[in-house]
Amino acid sequence: MRVNFTVNGRPQEADDVWEGESLLYVLRERLGLPGSKNACEQGECGSCTVRLDGVPVCSCLVAAGQAEGREVVTVEGLADYAKHRSCGSSRGTSLQEAQDWAAKGHDSQTGEGSELAPIQQAFIDAGAVQCGFCTPGLLVAADEMLERNPNPSDADIREALSGNLCRCTGYEKIMDAVRLAAARQGEAV
Amino acid sequence: MSTPNGTPTKITQGSQTKGGIGESTLRPDGTLKVTGEFAYSSDMWHEDMLWGQILRSTVAHAEIVSIDTSEALALPGVYAVMTYDDLPTEVKHYGLEIQDTPVLAHGKVRHHGEPVAIVAADHPETARRAAAKIKVEYRELPVITDEASATAPDAVLVHENRDDHHIGHVPHPNIVHRQPIVRGDARQAAGRADFVVKGEYTFGMQDQAFLGPESGLAVPDEDGGVHLYIATQWLHSDLRQIAPVLGLPERKVRMTLSGVGGAFGGREDLSMQIHACLLALRTGQPVKIVYNRFESFFGHVHRHPAKLYYEHGATREGKLTHVKCRIVLDGGAYASASPAVVGNASSLSIGPYVVDDVDIEAIALYTNNPPCGAMRGFGAVQACFAYEAQMDKLADALGMDRVEFRQLNAMEQGTIMPTGQPVDSPAPVAELLRRVKAMPLPPEQQWLAAGEEADVRQLPGGLSNTTHGEGVVRGIGYAVGIKNVGFSEGFDDYSTARVRMEVVGGEPVATVHTAMAEVGQGGVTVHAQIARTELGVTQVTIHPADTQVGSAGSTSASRQTYVTGGAVKNSCELVREKVLELGRRKFGSYHPAWATAELLLEGGKIVTDGGEVLADLADVLEGESVEVEAEWRHRPTEAFDLRTGQGFGHVQYSFAAHRAVVEVDTELGLVKVIELACAQDVGKALNPLSVIGQIQGGTVQGLGVAVMEEIIVDPVTAKVRNPSFTDYLIPTILDTPTIPVDVLELADDHAPYGLRGIGEAPTLSSTPAVLAAIRNATGLELNRTPVRPEHLTGT
Ligand code: FES
Ligand code: FES
Repeated sequence: MRVNFTVNGRPQEADDVWEGESLLYVLRERLGLPGSKNACEQGECGSCTVRLDGVPVCSCLVAAGQAEGREVVTVEGLADYAKHRSCGSSRGTSLQEAQDWAAKGHDSQTGEGSELAPIQQAFIDAGAVQCGFCTPGLLVAADEMLERNPNPSDADIREALSGNLCRCTGYEKIMDAVRLAAARQGEAV
Repeated sequence: MSTPNGTPTKITQGSQTKGGIGESTLRPDGTLKVTGEFAYSSDMWHEDMLWGQILRSTVAHAEIVSIDTSEALALPGVYAVMTYDDLPTEVKHYGLEIQDTPVLAHGKVRHHGEPVAIVAADHPETARRAAAKIKVEYRELPVITDEASATAPDAVLVHENRDDHHIGHVPHPNIVHRQPIVRGDARQAAGRADFVVKGEYTFGMQDQAFLGPESGLAVPDEDGGVHLYIATQWLHSDLRQIAPVLGLPERKVRMTLSGVGGAFGGREDLSMQIHACLLALRTGQPVKIVYNRFESFFGHVHRHPAKLYYEHGATREGKLTHVKCRIVLDGGAYASASPAVVGNASSLSIGPYVVDDVDIEAIALYTNNPPCGAMRGFGAVQACFAYEAQMDKLADALGMDRVEFRQLNAMEQGTIMPTGQPVDSPAPVAELLRRVKAMPLPPEQQWLAAGEEADVRQLPGGLSNTTHGEGVVRGIGYAVGIKNVGFSEGFDDYSTARVRMEVVGGEPVATVHTAMAEVGQGGVTVHAQIARTELGVTQVTIHPADTQVGSAGSTSASRQTYVTGGAVKNSCELVREKVLELGRRKFGSYHPAWATAELLLEGGKIVTDGGEVLADLADVLEGESVEVEAEWRHRPTEAFDLRTGQGFGHVQYSFAAHRAVVEVDTELGLVKVIELACAQDVGKALNPLSVIGQIQGGTVQGLGVAVMEEIIVDPVTAKVRNPSFTDYLIPTILDTPTIPVDVLELADDHAPYGLRGIGEAPTLSSTPAVLAAIRNATGLELNRTPVRPEHLTGT
């Protein structure tokens, strides 16, 4: 089957998609967007978290066909998404708004030229990245939480990220990163 | 004993250059990892790429009567199906130390999930369906599952006709290796004991559960060789095992490290490497294999489950008299790293304490359970769980404070290990306990902090909303552990670094090329820091790790900063000498200091130790490049005597202590760890941010095996019951407490910069500290880990 949807602000078309293929598979293997990860493919780890019409979902559990006509944001588009958000309203992004932006490319060897979303920068600065396999999913989930709740308590952060496993960090630096991003976001307003 | 060879421990260069050692510089791969651009082994893609799939045994122990692949081969989209009979050479087994693991099962399977056949197809789902169409007929054999069944008089042998170098000294062919350690006279010393405590402990099977699944891409080369892009812990060890099976010389098997999504020991053995290469060579097309989580649980070895039997004695004054112990590790169906795990478990079995009279025995079994091998802590973890429980028991019997009792018996620099090896660098065991105890305790009843309504997220049971504070009891526990650093027992544990210096765009740049597997630990960050410190440049390029440079050894045993860090330092020093030589040749006549002063490389310049600038590195290196590739070794070790266990077996020791604070819902048996404080001596923190990240990460893996993580193997069928993240739980951010860390830096004069390998020690003491805290809260004995609710409620 053919699936049409928007990924990071760009219309995408995937051909020859099998019935059973997940959104995660289509993103990674058909659209060249392997940023969303595949740590369990059974909805238990959150490494595949993307936003589907703004809502964080495990893309491994979403059948590709269910994405038809919808808006997907992955880690690859997070920086532009955040930038767009900061230009517009501070609470959430409307579908219309989301359609007006598109992620820009950068050097995939060095990452140079990439402008980072505040949450991405905070993860680097706080030492929240070790192997980094959990990072894309955590970033998408944390960014969405900060959009809803710019001033989260520690318990709020833990609750919002409880679906995202990390095996390396022990989560302390992830907590630091989200606190840092929230604080920076607060300063910027 | 011996003096350190090669690199002196002092900082030979001023750390004047920005971004050098001791600073918390940020990861060079950080940007790529947060933007999703970092290419993990499962992200590889190639034109015309096929997908590989492995068919695994559905039973634990059986003869293979027949394999029929015809239906699978007939499926459209299938390019190849291979079984044992299709292996190209006489070499059909591999293994880290003992080559006992079949590439594909031959005549027999020895554990649930053993690879039997492999398939390549144009879509992963086609490959899966084809694998499912392969018909394998098994004739089941009795299963060996524990010590009793392994050593019974009529026991079936897991491996017949063993010819490895351990068979001569093991009491039974179903025992992989046995290491006794006898020092002093434990029986006589027991006579001096006023108090004796005995205990029998069980340690469950833990999984590394790294998040990036086993995966890689094999691309056939034009010369008949193959290029493998792979996530591993040790490229050259993989290479040594892969090439003979493919019938290729090592130079025709090129290996490049892809992004590695964690490791923790689980990538020390091969998984899909040979299978992908076989399929690529058979089809002439690139082949990618990516395990899913289910398969990952079968695709790598686990931490050895163990039974541990201990006897400790002490005088009335609280001095340990003797320890007797017996540690039985279940190695599963193949040897993997079992012999080395036995060496660790036995030599570290009494912990960081002074005991002159010991009688120790550790063995690893061959069984039909899943193979076990390396996991963070490597044999020392199981022992620490048991000896720390014993120390609490003994303190209680004596009526002494548990921490003071430990401090009274704590080893220090100069203490003789049970192996006869003196501890010849700082061993601040008592001090670490003091520090961790001195940290402020978290406030009581934190769940009420925000108001009258209990915040269930802070209570046992969490969001399941099982209690609002009723029945919740707090407990506190302490533990301390000792771990060796580096490969032990006489292993030639070296690393190689190639370092180049040249001018790029008018600026001096250093390039560091090693085969070190960056698995998340931050080795690449530290290598750049070392190069900056030693070469006085800001620009450092880290070359991707591959087999075009000499071996770096394994990213395990807490060894990479020590050994490959040491190699990078050493090569930088050699480069520096050459650069100074070049400077003298070019500019020596302009200033007498070139000949007389001690010269340093700092801030892009060559300066005298008095700070006078002699030349810009850019001018010295103009039109030249200086490159060195050199191997570096830490001081040698020796094997443990097979009868007495005596020997200078370990390179370095590493110590950490934990204090756990838990709250237990005693009615439902639910545990919430409130805080896990850690104090650790790191020798020298090359990158403090990464050091703390390692300590916290290790601590939480210890927490996991204390309260939730266990692979359940059916005792009757030896089949794995919970190969998924639904049923094998690892700590989430809600299960994880705050982890305050106190870092001590007491230099080890034998090691580069005085550093100490740090990655594993925190995984040791974390588990027994949590167990001690739960015992403290509940008054229960709890002789097994992980603790499950039914152990607390008795239901
Ligand atoms: S890969 Fe989707 S939740 Fe784990
Ligand atoms: S950084 Fe490795 S899983 Fe989170």
